[in-house]
Amino acid sequence: MRKLIWLAAAVAAIAGAGLAEAQETPRKGGTIRMTAPYAASFGSLDMHTTPRAQDEIVGKALNRTLYNWDSANGKLVLELAKSVTPAEDGLTYTYKLRDDAYFHNGRKMTADDIIWSFTRIMDGSKGYPGARYVRIIKGAVDVEKNQAKEISGLKKIDDFTLEMTLADKVDPGYYFFAGTTAILPKEEAEKPDFASHPVGLGPFKFKEHVPGSRVVLERFDKFYKPGKPYADRLEVLIMAEAAARDVAFRNKEIDTSILGPAQYVAYRADPDLSKGILEVAEMFTRAITFNHSHKPFQDKRVRQAFNYAIDTDLIIKRLVKDKAYRAVSWLPLSSPAFDKSVKPYAFDPDKAKKLLAEAGYPDGFEFELTTSQNESWGLPIVEAIIPMLAKAGIKLKPKLVEVTVLTDIAMKGEHQAYIGSNLTGPDSLATLQCYYSKTPRTACNYTGYSNPAFDKLLDDAAASLDPAKRNDLLRQANNLIYDEAPVWFFNYNKAVLAYQPWIHGLQANPTEITHQYPEDIWVDAKSPAK
Amino acid sequence: MLLVLARRLGNFVPTLLAVIALVFLLFSVLPGSFISGMNEDGRSPIDPAVMERMRKEMGLDDPLPLRFAKYVANIATGDLGISFRTREPVTKLIGVRVWPSLKLVFAAMTFAISVGVTLGFLAALRPGSLLDTVSMVTAISGLSLSQFWFGLMLMYLFALQLNWLPSFGYGDGGLRNLILPAVALGVGPMALLARTTRAAVLDVLNADFVRTARSKGMSERRVVEWHVLRNALVLVITIVGLQFGSLMGQAVVVEKLFAWPGVGSLMVDSVFQRDMPAVQGCILMIVLFFLFINTLVDIAYVVIDPRIRYG
Repeated sequence: MRKLIWLAAAVAAIAGAGLAEAQETPRKGGTIRMTAPYAASFGSLDMHTTPRAQDEIVGKALNRTLYNWDSANGKLVLELAKSVTPAEDGLTYTYKLRDDAYFHNGRKMTADDIIWSFTRIMDGSKGYPGARYVRIIKGAVDVEKNQAKEISGLKKIDDFTLEMTLADKVDPGYYFFAGTTAILPKEEAEKPDFASHPVGLGPFKFKEHVPGSRVVLERFDKFYKPGKPYADRLEVLIMAEAAARDVAFRNKEIDTSILGPAQYVAYRADPDLSKGILEVAEMFTRAITFNHSHKPFQDKRVRQAFNYAIDTDLIIKRLVKDKAYRAVSWLPLSSPAFDKSVKPYAFDPDKAKKLLAEAGYPDGFEFELTTSQNESWGLPIVEAIIPMLAKAGIKLKPKLVEVTVLTDIAMKGEHQAYIGSNLTGPDSLATLQCYYSKTPRTACNYTGYSNPAFDKLLDDAAASLDPAKRNDLLRQANNLIYDEAPVWFFNYNKAVLAYQPWIHGLQANPTEITHQYPEDIWVDAKSPAK
Repeated sequence: MLLVLARRLGNFVPTLLAVIALVFLLFSVLPGSFISGMNEDGRSPIDPAVMERMRKEMGLDDPLPLRFAKYVANIATGDLGISFRTREPVTKLIGVRVWPSLKLVFAAMTFAISVGVTLGFLAALRPGSLLDTVSMVTAISGLSLSQFWFGLMLMYLFALQLNWLPSFGYGDGGLRNLILPAVALGVGPMALLARTTRAAVLDVLNADFVRTARSKGMSERRVVEWHVLRNALVLVITIVGLQFGSLMGQAVVVEKLFAWPGVGSLMVDSVFQRDMPAVQGCILMIVLFFLFINTLVDIAYVVIDPRIRYG
């Protein structure tokens, strides 16, 4: 009898293991239902024309770029090329392109398509947002200024070999993984209705767009990754209202949903929903940016005092509901140049007062803080820090504006200080350039920060071809920013994606969690979607 | 009748011009622009050179009077301009949204009229009764409800708890997806109509001519059908017209909540992103709809009550 029980147990164990394995094997077919949460519509499906995160959710399925962000390993990888050979000058890169990448119209991609796409983006009569990236190629600016018809830094060696010469020694991967630099087919993109009937190289091809409601895509059988995509169909459903998204998710009408702070608490507390939560420290640093032309903020001790005066951990816990990681310096946790040994500014009101007195403000000072209504980096946060700063003698007068206006104000330098969310990755060099003295305020030096020591570190990092040395210099620069405190370091966004139990293969993408590579996603048989 | 129509249509042009000028001026003094708004959440930074090019491409560098003159001249030819956001003609953008909007507005008004007028009418016939009390409590609740909250409650009850209807989306454009947003949108007009109908019917029921009709021995049913309904209808139609006309503009919240692809959700998105041509197009569309419905109401007055004449 005992033998029989052991045998039964062994059979059950083997069967269980088999079942577990079967569940891990991606299932072919089914429908993925993702949500687009950032607006009540898509801007455009011609990804050269739109930099919006909302549109790129669809863009990731429709299109492909020269590089991709590998979320699992936190690095850039080649996507449309099999290999790349950098020359010793650090400026010329020779790409061996894929010879198995097809557009959805059935035509094979060649080097001509990359050259045409990049040349289109540099059209000086259009405001294509990807121009900020393509401009790094030698001669691209000449096309932008209408002084040349072709980008001199792009040379076709043969159909599947492309030589790219850059204007600066940078890693081209950071420039050509952005959706606004997608490779598109000329013959389709030049059609007047391209934005409503897009054609790309992605794993899913366009089927339907109901403006203001959804985009539906179908599996592209000639996609170059064998066996992928798994799903037959991808629906990207527009759901701008968080409360409505919550009902739809609980009602199993959608497979993924972005969570705000309040929902994050509720989902974590629910025994079922808590099993399907994907979290990642996104590359966004939330901060109060001081305008250093405003007298008190010219003094480093005042800026440091500001950082000591606020109980940042308490705000993250109580107001942001732990849906954020405490910011230490400017670069986010995922940056290779992030220094784990550095601790964030402690909450120390006495030290804040002492520093203010040393700086010549024993009775504090008054300033105006421009803020939006945003729940995670807007007015609710400002209201919480007002009494904390008051204890140190700093009087904060909030000035409420629409979120749309913040960038305008920052660029014009019309702020004494403002609170906002800042993209801080994945290119650490470009990110830190926001504190480089030659970077104009209109580019991103919203503080007006200038420090020769910092400039030198950045210059040395830019000139270095050794990745380890460059990283070390960037780490030093980031630590210098920590000490100089040109901003109040608040938090790094913790992006949270809730997902249903039948969906697999989602990636914790720190560049933007809603930007998934849908060819890796599959749904098991439990999905209620047909 | 034709005179009414001609006079009404004659009023269209100055009204539209005034609306266009007002919207244009308001948006020109509002801080922020489409280009700076692209980076609203820090997720889409645009570099200054591209911003400059976009500004030029969109004609935002031109002086305000010139931009206004160009805009009005284009409208005269039926061209509402190019959307900053989608780079498509605004007429195309609005064109695909009109039918879902009309469907939603008509469904909401159908609900409002059928429930509101019936409730108000029945309540007036039995003033002080339980039916009257229940009807009026329903009406007052309907008037005080927030569309957003009520919509969420409908979703919670009919989608999540009962699983009868989908909670959001356009689906295949059929009735299943239409019911919840239509009820959420129609509850306010329904309540107003219930109260108005009750008041109008009560007013007519106490009028001298009704008393005369009754004293002549006319049955109560005939009194109500011939005299009360017809006379109360003028006021009810006024409210129906006003509500109908303004409902397309009011649908913004409901459309966003239920992810319904109408003109309202397009407008709110365009406002937040400072897509001026699209906002102006949407407002123009909503105003045109309002004027059209009100013209129909004026015609209906003449049909129902031939004593009504317009100057």
